[in-house]
Amino acid sequence: MFEKVKQHTSSPERQMGSEGNFYPEPGTGPGMNERIRRLRAESVDTPVSISIERALIETEFYRENQGKYSIPVMRALNFLEICRKKAIYIGHNELIVGERGDSPRAVYTFPELNCHSAEDLRVLRTRDQQNYFISDEDISKYASEVIPFWEGRSMRDRIFSHVPEEWKAAYEAGLFTEFMEQRAPGHTCLDGKIYQKGMLDFKKEIEQEILNLDYFGDPEATDKEEQLRAMAISCDAIILLAERHAKKAEDLAGKEKDPGRRSELLKIVDVCNWVPAHAPRDFREAIQMYWFVHLGTIIELNGWDAMNPGHFDQHLIPFYEEGVRNGTLCREQAKELLSCFWIKVNNQPAPPKVGITARESGTYNDFTNINVGGVKPDGNDAVNEVSYLMLEVIEELHILQPGNSVHISTITPDEFLDSALKVIRQGHGYPSVFNADIYIKEMLRSGKTLEDAREGGCSGCIEVGAFGKEAYLLTGYLNVPKILELTLNNGFDPVSGKKPGIQTGDPSLMVSYEQFCKAFNKQLKYIIDLKIKVNNYIDRMYALNSPATFLSVVIDDCIKKGKDYYNGGARYNTTYIQCTGLATVADSLSVLKKHVFEDRKVTMDHLLEALGRNFEGEEILRQRILNYTPFFGNDDDTADEIAVHVFNDLFRLIDGRPNGKEGGKYHLNMLSTTCHIYFGKVLGATPNGRLAGKSISDGTSPSHGCDIHGPSAVIKSLSKLDHTLTGGTLLNLRFLPSLLKRDSDIRKLGSLIRSYFAMGGHHVQFNIVDTSTLIAAREHPEEYRDLLVRMAGYSDYFNDMNEDLKQEVIERTENESFG
Amino acid sequence: MMKMDGSTGKQGLIFDIKRYSINDGPGIRVTVFFKGCPLSCAWCHNPESQSFDVQKLYTIARCMSCNSCVQACPNQALSLSNGEGIKTKQDLCDNCGVCAEVCPSKAVEMCGKEWSAELVMKEIRKEMLVMKTSGGGVTFSGGEPLANPELLVELLSACKAEEIHTAVDTSGFAKKDILLKIATVTDLFLYDLKLIDPERHKKYTGASNTIILENLKELSKIHENIILRVPLIERINTDEESIKEMIDYIVSLPGLTKHVNLLPYHSIAAVKYARLGGTYNHENLNEPGHDRQLAIQDQFNKAGINAVIGG
Repeated sequence: MFEKVKQHTSSPERQMGSEGNFYPEPGTGPGMNERIRRLRAESVDTPVSISIERALIETEFYRENQGKYSIPVMRALNFLEICRKKAIYIGHNELIVGERGDSPRAVYTFPELNCHSAEDLRVLRTRDQQNYFISDEDISKYASEVIPFWEGRSMRDRIFSHVPEEWKAAYEAGLFTEFMEQRAPGHTCLDGKIYQKGMLDFKKEIEQEILNLDYFGDPEATDKEEQLRAMAISCDAIILLAERHAKKAEDLAGKEKDPGRRSELLKIVDVCNWVPAHAPRDFREAIQMYWFVHLGTIIELNGWDAMNPGHFDQHLIPFYEEGVRNGTLCREQAKELLSCFWIKVNNQPAPPKVGITARESGTYNDFTNINVGGVKPDGNDAVNEVSYLMLEVIEELHILQPGNSVHISTITPDEFLDSALKVIRQGHGYPSVFNADIYIKEMLRSGKTLEDAREGGCSGCIEVGAFGKEAYLLTGYLNVPKILELTLNNGFDPVSGKKPGIQTGDPSLMVSYEQFCKAFNKQLKYIIDLKIKVNNYIDRMYALNSPATFLSVVIDDCIKKGKDYYNGGARYNTTYIQCTGLATVADSLSVLKKHVFEDRKVTMDHLLEALGRNFEGEEILRQRILNYTPFFGNDDDTADEIAVHVFNDLFRLIDGRPNGKEGGKYHLNMLSTTCHIYFGKVLGATPNGRLAGKSISDGTSPSHGCDIHGPSAVIKSLSKLDHTLTGGTLLNLRFLPSLLKRDSDIRKLGSLIRSYFAMGGHHVQFNIVDTSTLIAAREHPEEYRDLLVRMAGYSDYFNDMNEDLKQEVIERTENESFG
Repeated sequence: MMKMDGSTGKQGLIFDIKRYSINDGPGIRVTVFFKGCPLSCAWCHNPESQSFDVQKLYTIARCMSCNSCVQACPNQALSLSNGEGIKTKQDLCDNCGVCAEVCPSKAVEMCGKEWSAELVMKEIRKEMLVMKTSGGGVTFSGGEPLANPELLVELLSACKAEEIHTAVDTSGFAKKDILLKIATVTDLFLYDLKLIDPERHKKYTGASNTIILENLKELSKIHENIILRVPLIERINTDEESIKEMIDYIVSLPGLTKHVNLLPYHSIAAVKYARLGGTYNHENLNEPGHDRQLAIQDQFNKAGINAVIGG
């Protein structure tokens, strides 16, 4: 693993020694020290497993207590009970402590949200991708103790028993997915408040708000009191969890023979007795503080997507500088602690997903995304020494989690971008690159204050939010190409033979391109309305039945409002619908426009027939389409204008619609994660020549293989969309390593990124791999275990991807150019 | 004839305009490939650039054997033979291009299209921001751009007017006054040097190098920015003698700093020769071993020449 790394972040270059790099001994090159190497190996080599501990504690607690308390207090007491009883794990080499499950890589189940059946658990254990080990004994325990209590009561069961038939028809046809059918709304990033205040401080604020309640004038006062009491209990729960770690470390120290390790354990005792009850006093406590908060949120519920420290480099830099100044911290120690933290995140795989949700997001990645660089709340450049330390950690560890991204503003120094690109060049797929100036504009447009916008950033894959102050929930992906397919079939789905759409007219009778677009728009509106209606229902289900009382403590203004994060407590409340397949739709419309309505060389009937036969016997037509149609991604205005039209239509149909929370609104997002694979599977052949079952285009990237004029043409096309209208767009560019050999190539890539961002692009990420590597990796998976591939907004191990994803990575346009 | 927009309306055969070009001068560039070259180097990696005429390219791997072109050919010049794809009777073919128009899969393509300066500039401007941000510009390559001096001057002048950095990638095989005129509107020359020995130069490129070497001497007197590009082909110009001659010649040139790009041969073009319907006799063409490349670079550097491997 480490030995394969040939180059490292050379900028800024460091002397070896106490102030310098992190090398175990002189001459061995960049890398991890012995401790980090061991912790990393443990994290990477430990198979992912299911721990039923939480489900057992919760079930017993609910059996005894259901009905005794208000729902928020019940949830908080349940959380307290788990923190009181869960196994405490402190690994041999660890400096930062705490696991979600009973050991590293063990993940909890959340039967109150999604009660896995015994059969589900067996499938999870044996399926090819993202399997989760669970023993026969645990399965039978689960079957006898957990399942009987939750079956029919879980959020998933309740949602599916309530949704209207037409929603179910659309959902089953693959017109959209629903995020909250087995995971809670989450998707949260923190701001800097937990480095200023401890849980005891939050409790004081909560108590004050309870005193301020107006029981005579405010009809919600009692509800608020219950919510606030629940939040206070949640603070106690997380303090208890930390104290139990202190106790465990003390016990271990008593038995420890090695004096070095003993003093490390005693330090853990100190740290865990201080945070999270109090605000952290130094660099290490700051990391441990965040980690306990992170654990709290992912033990409480299984929210999408995990949890996120946000601008961690900005939060840590005061502690780093103070430590270096007073001599209690050196660069090497800081890097070691950061590495420990990184590994902790990697120890927490995503909870096991089943059904359509597993198909839309098939990965262990739980999407914590560390934002590095960017701007400070005052608008100045935020890049600091910890930012560079993080780049080094990212490069040296190259593990799946946490995701990470660099944030580039016009004021960001080239040195930082160059350093990030040198990490990207290694081909681990990290970090992705964001345009800080544009996402600040995106947030201003959606109503945030300038300061809140600057404190915001991106989480998950590419989603924008005001860190620490916003509930920005993803509701699910929209299969826009499938809606086009419905339009081409007058509301019918040729794949399932059912009719999940509405009748928008027989396309054979349509006389103009505009008439077809109108029909497509009607179909779009119908499906989007259906999605929003049911989504608002699900949102209320969570607000009423499954409040996140711990998460609410750390997000403004839940305490002040006395309201839960799921119930409009956050300062800003956004709901994103993620629209996929923009290029597939734009290219298909381009085909209809040119060949059917303008040149009239192909009749609609002929095209529909060819689509129905998946172009069988129609290869001549298909080749003409592929070779003689303007496609999105080539800086060709004809095709790009169509994409802009579709994009604007989606914006118009989604943006600004109320989401049931005070002032909360729906916004457009252009993310696809791996959902474009699933959506492609349920989609017949499309007019752009794409065959049935093949994946649709990802994010806002061009259709695979259709961008034939190089990366600068791609960014020009993409920049014709107004990215500030969204909560994130996504561009995948694949580069072969030969394009990035020399440092001058790196600077050219930097200029490409700067150009894209100057034109208003939101995000870009790079796959730096060569085809032969990928083919070899497919043939000899065991030899390429560390091969990370970035695609569709995240990184994954190539080996962990299914055959379709692998094929897609291999096929994606190679921007190889010979001079 | 002067047109309304001030252009002379000069047209020329261009066979490709490539964006995100990162190996032909500083920054990110647009490379404009002129069609037609007076030389015919044995190792040419753009064989489709040599002819001054539009040519038909046939990529058999893309061919669906659909017979569209055979049926559409007005001269009955084409036939479809089993397993060998489309055959052209050269005496009947007049390069009208109908076959390419009807080919669904672009297995048949016409290489080379008449472009006006204004249309080329329109393409170049698409890359403006990327060029400016990266400190790049436009490189005129080929073929031999100096073989169409009217169009080249018009393009160079248009770029100059829009403050776009320009580079001309040339074999140097042109009339001296043309080269010197071009030099007044060009920011950078990428000047090819293949062999110093005139006999061997003639043998491998089809032309004597007398003009090339004299032109370079003259150019060096009046132009400061010249990067010499030396292909390295084993057994042709990488022996001690050839390298020594090359170095001696470069050192003798006027001007203070000498920049050389050493470009190891690559056989990527073999597939292009096949498309032209010809065969590419490249068995004897090889790049020198890595150590030899480094040794050559070292020799150049020791002679005070700033040499890098790669463009």
